[in-house]
Amino acid sequence: MKSEQRKPLSLSGTILVTVSLVVIAAMFLTPVVWMACTSMKSPTDAAQGGISPLPNPASAALENIVHNYPEVWNDPSITFPIYLRNTLIIAVLSVTGMVLSSAVVAYGFARLNFKGRGPMFVVVLATMMIPFPVVMAPLYLVFRELGWIGTLRPLWVPAWFGGAFNIFLLRQFFMGIPKELDEAARIDGCSHFGVFWRIILPLSKPALAVVALFHFMYVWNDFLGPLIFLTHRDDFTLALGLQLYQSKAGNTPWNLLMAASTMVTIPVLVLYVLAQRTFVQGMSADGLKE
Amino acid sequence: MRSHAMLRENAMGWLWISPWIVGFLAFLLVPMVLSFYYSFTDYPLMEPPLWVGMGNYLRMFGDDKFISSAGRTLVYAALAVPLSTVVALVIAGLLSTRVRLAGIYQAAVFIPTLVPMAASGMVWLWLFNAQYGFINLLLAKVGIQGPGWFTDARPAWSMASILIVGLWGVGQAVVVYVAAMHEVPGSLYEAADLDGMGPVRKFLNVTLPMISPVILLNVVTLLIGAVQLFTVPFIVRAATPGGQTSTMTFYSVYMFDNAFVYGQMGYACAMAWVQLVVVLILTGLTFLASKKLVHYRGA
Repeated sequence: MKSEQRKPLSLSGTILVTVSLVVIAAMFLTPVVWMACTSMKSPTDAAQGGISPLPNPASAALENIVHNYPEVWNDPSITFPIYLRNTLIIAVLSVTGMVLSSAVVAYGFARLNFKGRGPMFVVVLATMMIPFPVVMAPLYLVFRELGWIGTLRPLWVPAWFGGAFNIFLLRQFFMGIPKELDEAARIDGCSHFGVFWRIILPLSKPALAVVALFHFMYVWNDFLGPLIFLTHRDDFTLALGLQLYQSKAGNTPWNLLMAASTMVTIPVLVLYVLAQRTFVQGMSADGLKE
Repeated sequence: MRSHAMLRENAMGWLWISPWIVGFLAFLLVPMVLSFYYSFTDYPLMEPPLWVGMGNYLRMFGDDKFISSAGRTLVYAALAVPLSTVVALVIAGLLSTRVRLAGIYQAAVFIPTLVPMAASGMVWLWLFNAQYGFINLLLAKVGIQGPGWFTDARPAWSMASILIVGLWGVGQAVVVYVAAMHEVPGSLYEAADLDGMGPVRKFLNVTLPMISPVILLNVVTLLIGAVQLFTVPFIVRAATPGGQTSTMTFYSVYMFDNAFVYGQMGYACAMAWVQLVVVLILTGLTFLASKKLVHYRGA
């Protein structure tokens, strides 16, 4: 029924489209490639090597990698291993909380009939429109009142109360699961929690994976949150550490800065390669309707 | 008893959504109410807030930095939203012609959106470096003396730089548009073929109207994102001390300065409310303007 019936392009059309796409793809990839290439150069080579992507001599690439990456990783003033640990702690706590709580709330909206459900769901959707900067200043004050400033808590505790978009996404998915399944279980004496845990969750793995993946990406990416709420250097995340590395006294050589940037980017790229399908599903809500 | 059961079901429902309600109250509603109150006070963080009435809001009219950062952000949004939308639609259109290796090209366009913001900031600082940056080296090869990009004193160039970084992240929209384009019924294209439409006209007259609801949602998302632009300008500004850095002071960056650098929490909260009202107005206007343009299937 779909685009399979579309008429194929003429030969000249195909060539035109292919050439355009090759050029576009090259333009989008150049910054990433240049980042990786610079990280394989020596400092002078990076600064003055011109537009050659390879170091001079090219055979020095491996040697430079072996030199640059450990130098970044072991920098005594910028402790990347600790930033990685902090990022992972926040990610694990935050992703677990986000998936569980969003699923619970979504179940409430999808499967329970209660007064005020419709209006409350509209409120959930409406909160998606509020930009984070709008609440960042007062949120800081709330966390300060709670004594959380200078701890990792502001970056993961809120995730345990669900996220509007994830609630929306999971509710859509749950509503696509036939109600007969849980009604049968309810007749057999299963509680709502039993239905949720034994029927809905196992059937929703693709949707839960999408929520987990995208929230992980959010945590890994987040710059403004850590910038505001983290005060001790030992609590910094990778994103914040990268900026600290760039701005530390004495200009950081470009080859090392690009090595650090590459290091922060690689885990996400690996994740993308491993979970490509989940990424695409997550971005087109349609993909979740399996 | 029926009413008893209904009461139970009501209570159960509210219980299940209670995590969200608690979070909504603690991390959104309370901060917003507080910020509304603080927006009428002078609040230097270390001392208690002092009521100043409309003072903070009136101050904006005479604050050059406020006016320039707000203006810069609106210009950015006005350029970035249509540019990104057109670029994303064109790329998505090319990708859905079913040329070979379309998946590879799509991945290439999508990969930049995976690069963490902080790392993109670094990469673009390097690419746009006036002396040794890749882009100016490339321009020099064809005999063009490149601009200073981020650090160029001419605001048009720093704006162009930020726009380019934004366009680089258009891949997410491309993926969404490609998915939407695949949902367009093939029969419509057959009819268009019978009418003798070429590929460009089919794209304009069939594809775009059919995916217009998706475009609308994306435009709204882009708009809300553009108005709160923060990370890349902040990183660029921090990396280029002194001089021309004020061109990177976008609205959220200036709000951050007020809240956390100048210790002007009250003023920052007033700025936050102005930002929220602007977001709501712009979103509302977008929906209104789209009424005639968006085509809902089956509606």
